This record gives sequence, C-alpha cells and structure tokens, in this order.
Amino acid sequence: MAEAEESPGDPGTASPRPLMRDLKAVGKKFMHVLYPRKSNTLLRDWDLWGPLILCVTLALMLQRDSADSEKDGGPQFAEVFVIVWFGAVTITLNSKLLGGNISFFQSLCVLGYCILPLTVAMLICRLVLLAGPGPINFMVRLFVVIVMFAWSIVASTAFLADSQPPNRRALAVYPVFLFYFVISWMILTFTPQ
Amino acid sequence: MAAVDDLQFEEFGDAATSVAANPDATTVSIEDPGETPKHQTGPLRGSGREEDDELLGNDDSDKTELLAGQKKSSPFWTFEYYQTFFDVDTYQVFDRIKGSLLPIPGKNFVRLYIRSNPDLYGPFWICATLVFAIAISGNLSNFLIHLGEKTYHYVPEFRKVSIAATIIYAYAWLVPLALWGFLMWRNSKVMNIVSYSFLEIVCVYGYSLFIYIPTAILWIIPQKAVRWILVMIALGISGSVLAMTFWPAVREDNRRVALATIMTIVLLHMLLSVGCLAYFFDAPEMDHLPTTTAIPNQTVAAAKSS
Repeated sequence: MAEAEESPGDPGTASPRPLMRDLKAVGKKFMHVLYPRKSNTLLRDWDLWGPLILCVTLALMLQRDSADSEKDGGPQFAEVFVIVWFGAVTITLNSKLLGGNISFFQSLCVLGYCILPLTVAMLICRLVLLAGPGPINFMVRLFVVIVMFAWSIVASTAFLADSQPPNRRALAVYPVFLFYFVISWMILTFTPQ
Repeated sequence: MAAVDDLQFEEFGDAATSVAANPDATTVSIEDPGETPKHQTGPLRGSGREEDDELLGNDDSDKTELLAGQKKSSPFWTFEYYQTFFDVDTYQVFDRIKGSLLPIPGKNFVRLYIRSNPDLYGPFWICATLVFAIAISGNLSNFLIHLGEKTYHYVPEFRKVSIAATIIYAYAWLVPLALWGFLMWRNSKVMNIVSYSFLEIVCVYGYSLFIYIPTAILWIIPQKAVRWILVMIALGISGSVLAMTFWPAVREDNRRVALATIMTIVLLHMLLSVGCLAYFFDAPEMDHLPTTTAIPNQTVAAAKSS
C-alpha cells in the first residue's frame, strides 16, 4: 500500500504510518548528533519526537526519588520539562529576532536532538552514583558531564551557526551555551536520596 | 529650517573652528531643536554648563537619528517591530558591556554607546546569565561552607532559580519603568534638555547589571570581608554608570529633587546586591573551620566514654 506523502510534522495521514520508518528517522538524527557533520538532514526533515523522548527521559532521571519531604531539592519532572522547552523556544526566538534564517520548528528540533549527549551523561552519572558517593566518583561525573556538554555545544553549533549572519553569530550561539550549561549543572548536582 | 541647518553643518568638515562648533551644535540639535539658535550665537565650547555631548564629536549622529526615526515604523503586532530591538552586532554588544564596566566621568553611556539604538538582547541575556550565576554560585558557596558537617545533606536548591529570576527581572523592568515615569513627570514641570526613552533606560539598567556576574561568581569565596569589598566595587562601578547617565536628565531640576533621584537610584542598586548576597549566600561563620575538626573528635570521644 502506497504511503501518503506527508510533510514533517503532519499529525496524521489517511494511511497508517509504519512505526519503524519514524523510528528509523529519529535514529538517523541521533547518529547525526553523535557524529556532527555539516549536513542538512536535521534541518530539512525536522521532527519533534526525538526531542520529546530525550526530554522525558532526562526529566524522569532527574526528578527526585523520594515522594518529597525535602523542600529545596532538585528539580521536579515538570520543572525540567519546562526548562528544556521554554529554553529552546527562547533561544529560537532570540535567533529569529537577530535575523537568522532558520524556521521555528527546525531550531527546536536541532536544540532538542542535541540534548542527546547530555542524556547519555545522565545515564552514566546514575550508573556511577550506584557505586556510592566520594570524590573520585565526583571527578568521574564531572569529567563525563564536561565532555558531553562540549559535545552538545559542538553539535548544535554545527547546525545553527550557519543560519546567522557572521557578525551576529556569537550573539546567537551564547544562549545555546547558557542553555546546555544549565542542563549540565542540573545533571552534575543530581544527588540520589 | 532645522533640516537645512543640519545639512549645512554636515558640509563643514575642514575648518578647525567649524569642527569644534560641529559637535556642539549638531548634538544639541538632536536633543532639543529649540536650543540650536542659542548655541549658534553663544561661545563655542565650555559655554556655561559642561556638556558631555562635546566629547562625542561624531557627525553621523544626525544620520542615526534620521534612521532611528525611520526604523520603528512597523506596527507593534508584527514580528519586524520586535526585530528592531535586536538590531545589534556582536561588537556593539561588547562595546556596550565594556562601557558599563569602565565609567569614564563625563561620558554618558546612553549617548555614547546606545545612540538611539537601544537593544533588548543585552538586558535580557545579561539578566538571564545573572540569575543562573547567582543561583549556581550561591549553591556552590553553601556547599563549600558546609562541607564536612555531619548533618548537612547537599541539595541543589532548585527553587532559588525561580526566586532569583523573579527578583532580577522585576528589578530590570520595574525600576526603569518607575524611573521613566518619574522623569516624564518632572519633564512636564521643568524643561529638561535630556530625556531618555523607556527602552534606553531599560538598556542602561540591563548593561549596568553585567558587573554583578563576575561579582556573583567571586562571592563563592567564603570570606565576609572579601564579599563586602566586592559589593562595594560592583556598586561603585555600576552605580557610577547609572549616576552619570541620569545626572544630565535631572540637573535642570530643583537641586534637592535631582540629588534625591540619584540617591534613590544608587540605593535601589545597593539593595539589590546586598539582598542577593544575604538571601542566596549563607554567612560564612568565622569559627567554622576549627569546629569541623573539633566536633567529630568530641562526639567520638563522648561515644567512646559513654
């Protein structure tokens, strides 16, 4: 059965979309993030499934374990969610206001997908924390988070920097740096109860 | 008629005296066209009041004024309208930040750096960075201070980010609003030469907060004396930028009102920094270090003896 042509983001079509095709598209974008090359795939066929999966995974791992007796603890699930999406929207608006020629959803897509290295860092941190707290434990986590943070920045800059005129590139890239720095900080300061 | 005069002054570039006359006449004509005839007849420089405009000495200020008039012509519900507030290049943002860090007496921040092109990029992202700088530094500082205490369990204190955001953004928008309203009200009573638009005031306040970013990071050092010296330095720099910016706007006024306005501006600025220091950073106890080694020994000794 012929699959209906659909534009990215088209919510539903007449014929049933095979799940495998969507998963393959998401997986392909993950690979593009892990090995950032100057390619237009992320920009051309944007989708928000990948960012959603990553955001939910990150928020689930970051939320406090206990049913919360402690009041000034780490972020709740909703807080992480809001920070990621609100931050991505703000950066996108900033980029467009500065005169960038990237569309709104393309930018959200890129920023969301480039959280992948930090999600991997979160996974590694949780595994390392199982070994018990200690300074060596902390140094390992610090190293992992720093490497993944740099990876996220490089990956997103590779996609986003070209969309800005050269005299404003730094202005558009700095908020991305701040965004991933805040997420890295949340990952690094995660302490299990 | 004023346009013809401006064009005439544009052509004068060679004679030394007309170059000297140029900055005075051209820049005053921007602020208040009514003043132009008075300055044409009066002496060239050092006439009566010290004008900080003479230090500008640029002859394309007319051009920027015309362009500024043509720029914001889109209606406010279109995207292009808001794009005019982000019409800055990287080097311009750096220049403005540099201007906020080095207050030179006599140089007006608004006149020198903003020049009818106020941007919202600087204020917004400086405030965002400051929010996270304060929250993260406060968290880190508390962690280092309480390190070694048996009863201390580290928490990331994430709530404080939202509190910091509320405080900083409220300060960066509401105080300029109040100040602008006040200046407009005084302007209706006393003819002031200099008047600032609301966005220019927001811009000055936003950039003047930049000094607090390195200050907040340095506040991690758990020494009371160091922290208070940092408060004084930061307040000195950003307070003087604000004072020098707003002094020309109030000096025409009643002496007491002018001084009270400047004092209020500086006082609010000080309240912000001291308030942030007090709320986000725990006080480092002076006798903290000895007790961390003493108390565990005492508790161990007590446990052994009992």
